[in-house]
Amino acid sequence: MNKTVNQKAWLFVIPVFILVAFNAAVPLMTVVNYSFQETFGNNVFTWEGTRWFKQILRSDRFHDALGRQFLFTGIILLIQIPLGIFIALTMPKKGIGVSVCLVLMSMPLLIPWNVVGAMWNIFALPEIGFLGHTLNDLGFDYNFTQQIGDAWFTTVLMDVWHWTSLVVLLSYAGLRSIQPAYYQAAEIDGASRWAVFRHIELPKMKKVLTIAILLRFMDSFMIYTEPFVLTGGGPGNATAFLSIDLVKMALGQFDLGPAAAMSLIYFFIVLLVCWVFYNLMMRNEEQK
Amino acid sequence: MSKIRLDNLSHSYLDKQNSESDWALRDINLDWQDGGAYALLGPSGCGKTTLLNIISGLLNPTKGKVLFDGKDVTTQTPVERNIAQIFQFPVIYDTMTVHDNLAFPLKNRGMTKTEIDGRVKEIAEMLELTKTLNNRASGLTADGKQKISLGRGLVRSNVNVIMFDEPLTVIDPHLKWVLRSKLKELHQRINRTMIYVTHDQTEALTFADQVVVMHEGQIVQTGTPVELFEKPKHTFVGHFIGSPGMNILPCKIQNGIAEIDGIKISTNSKIKKSDFVKTEIGIRPEFVSLDKTGIPAKILKVSNTGRHKIIDAECSSGKIKALSHSSKEIPSGSIFLSFNQKYTYAYGDSWIIE
Amino acid sequence: MKKYKWLVPTIYILFLMLPIYWLLNMSFKTTTEIINTYSLWPQKFTLENYITIFTDSTWYTGYLNSIYYVVMNTVLSVAAALPAAYAFSRYKFLGDKHLFFWLLTNRMAPPAVFALPFFQFYSSINLFDTHIAVALSHCLFNIPLAVWILEGFISAVPKELDETAYVDGYKFWRFFFRIFIPTITAGIGITMFFCFMFSWVELLLAKTLTAVAAKPIAATMTRTVSTSGYELGLLAAAGSLTIVPGAVVIYFVRNYIAKGFALGRV
Repeated sequence: MNKTVNQKAWLFVIPVFILVAFNAAVPLMTVVNYSFQETFGNNVFTWEGTRWFKQILRSDRFHDALGRQFLFTGIILLIQIPLGIFIALTMPKKGIGVSVCLVLMSMPLLIPWNVVGAMWNIFALPEIGFLGHTLNDLGFDYNFTQQIGDAWFTTVLMDVWHWTSLVVLLSYAGLRSIQPAYYQAAEIDGASRWAVFRHIELPKMKKVLTIAILLRFMDSFMIYTEPFVLTGGGPGNATAFLSIDLVKMALGQFDLGPAAAMSLIYFFIVLLVCWVFYNLMMRNEEQK
Repeated sequence: MSKIRLDNLSHSYLDKQNSESDWALRDINLDWQDGGAYALLGPSGCGKTTLLNIISGLLNPTKGKVLFDGKDVTTQTPVERNIAQIFQFPVIYDTMTVHDNLAFPLKNRGMTKTEIDGRVKEIAEMLELTKTLNNRASGLTADGKQKISLGRGLVRSNVNVIMFDEPLTVIDPHLKWVLRSKLKELHQRINRTMIYVTHDQTEALTFADQVVVMHEGQIVQTGTPVELFEKPKHTFVGHFIGSPGMNILPCKIQNGIAEIDGIKISTNSKIKKSDFVKTEIGIRPEFVSLDKTGIPAKILKVSNTGRHKIIDAECSSGKIKALSHSSKEIPSGSIFLSFNQKYTYAYGDSWIIE
Repeated sequence: MKKYKWLVPTIYILFLMLPIYWLLNMSFKTTTEIINTYSLWPQKFTLENYITIFTDSTWYTGYLNSIYYVVMNTVLSVAAALPAAYAFSRYKFLGDKHLFFWLLTNRMAPPAVFALPFFQFYSSINLFDTHIAVALSHCLFNIPLAVWILEGFISAVPKELDETAYVDGYKFWRFFFRIFIPTITAGIGITMFFCFMFSWVELLLAKTLTAVAAKPIAATMTRTVSTSGYELGLLAAAGSLTIVPGAVVIYFVRNYIAKGFALGRV
């Protein structure tokens, strides 16, 4: 769409600008402020330069948390994106089934995150939870509060439960926008099911899938509440992802300087990954 | 290549049909010769696309049979029927190059690479796509994309029939003309049965040897463009084809003679019975002339299109349009109109009386 | 294969419902039963947990608080985002692209990063423990999202609509409210759904910014667990009740979800 140049349009943007800046600018400045200083309370600050940044970037604790975070996000994306697409492909296209699927599938998305954690906690506990109890009955030695593998399994399963529906909804919307003529033409051309998916459905879903991957990346990278309630980051630090580690550092140990430096590095990583991913997708688009 | 026969075909999109209006198609019978160019013509919603999809095998009819060369193919898939279809909107595979798009139907049928390359090259030349063969298909303009769709339809050499579902809808007017002549030329070159669906009479009449006019799920007339023009079997055909369409005036029938406003009209119909609910006279504006005697009328408006003048007149039974040479002087006020008997027909309940 | 296609969504939905059923199951049990006996349905069915919640004001005010700030945030986000999305969609202006990108970066800010500075900031302007504080803080991630979704919907409306209205002599704001907003109701519905959703499910900021007066239900839950031991039955009942508002909202927008997604940017 060709847009007209109109500087007065700024007036329309002012409310948004004020509301977001109000929330973003001052707190972000506070974080930046802390990240370069040392404090022992009472508003006494000493300038520390880039010391905290260096310290964080060199610390094993940060490396471990970051590694866990990337591993978790990677697993989540690898499961949720293909699974979401697969479920969307098998969903009914008309009739009452559509509403039933949409309503029931959206349910997990609208449950407060700590309730999700609590729900999975009591669902997975070996003594009282359905999942834990059943797995132990089947002969697995399952206890997510004590075994690292089980804790990861449960956290991943919880996130799959919680968020796959978002990918399903987005993919489904993308699929619905495909004109029936495409399927008919493919049928006449004798295309296999795989070819229809590869050459019609996947390219048409590209836009919504970009959004799905971006949203899932951001949100899983920033995950805090659900694993905090489910495992508390444990056993040990096995499921202490970046946010959990950060809050521990900031509120638990009150190491404001390092915590602020870590915040900024963390934020920067999210931005960088999103920016790179977005540009890759867009460059691909332009090449066409 | 084959003869196509439709035998008592009816289709409904509903599970249960209570009234006539629940049917999208009713009692369709058709016989099409091998190698002909046919058009299905009718306004939107008349069932022409439904009929096309039944012939191609994308839809299964509720009742009736589809026969290719006398063989019942009603339950066969489009692949088994070996047909090609081109859709209203260009369907291209975004991820592939132009070459791969054209090769796709052949690849799916397991042809060798050399065979495929030969066919693709031939078709690309025919459609003037050779230069863009290695480009991404998604970067082309609408008409370029539609050419690819056409090419995918033409690339297989052994198809029984090629079907076009309003293929020029998204094409710019000046390119429409180019593509249309291209199609006509292709038909003469490859001599394959082609079925062309459209709501545009010019497209249908220029493309097809035989035009099937559809109205509310039924076939109202099948014929050559000249037949449709000179002797419309149904008032709908008279009205729909021609510009301006046929004049349809209510009339009375007494002793086998039609009367408008009490004036006897001689027609080309042999009227034997008169127990119709509705009787009408149909006459094309081309065959109405201003005269000294005839039906008294008043001229409302005269418009000059350059090629001819369109005269809007009104008699007590309704409005009548007449055409005359653009150079001819038209009087104003009260006049008389006379009809050329050869092209004047009486219609009973909308169907022609012969 | 086509015959068994329905199995996939069915199994998936069963998987989704299982933990929810388990929560409901527990909410109708007494805490003693939960701890001592494992059963697939309540042996001694009880409504006691729910009665406790509905009669104890510390519980039910939690719900009211949550709903209060979520609605406030939804209205605020959509009202502010509408003109902005219109501007981004229709006009070019100085710094428009940078501004749009900057807005989106805020959607990428981990709430954990902002928790502490938010606490200090809202305390310093005397808004700590108010509904408006939570509603405002949620604007951080909801406004960028709302602008993003609405911009997609607005760009799908042909510009000719605006131009025709001006030719017909409409003043801008009259056009905006009388003609434009009604044409994008589906988009507004979807946007409100997302704002409601993200504000309702977020807890880290909501918990950080409240103490007593505006404490959200989800936070009330965690507190009760830690102070009075593991009141599992009560916890399950409270958790079950937090699902209700979401379910109601989904029910109302169910038709928009499929349609709206396809139309707009999402």
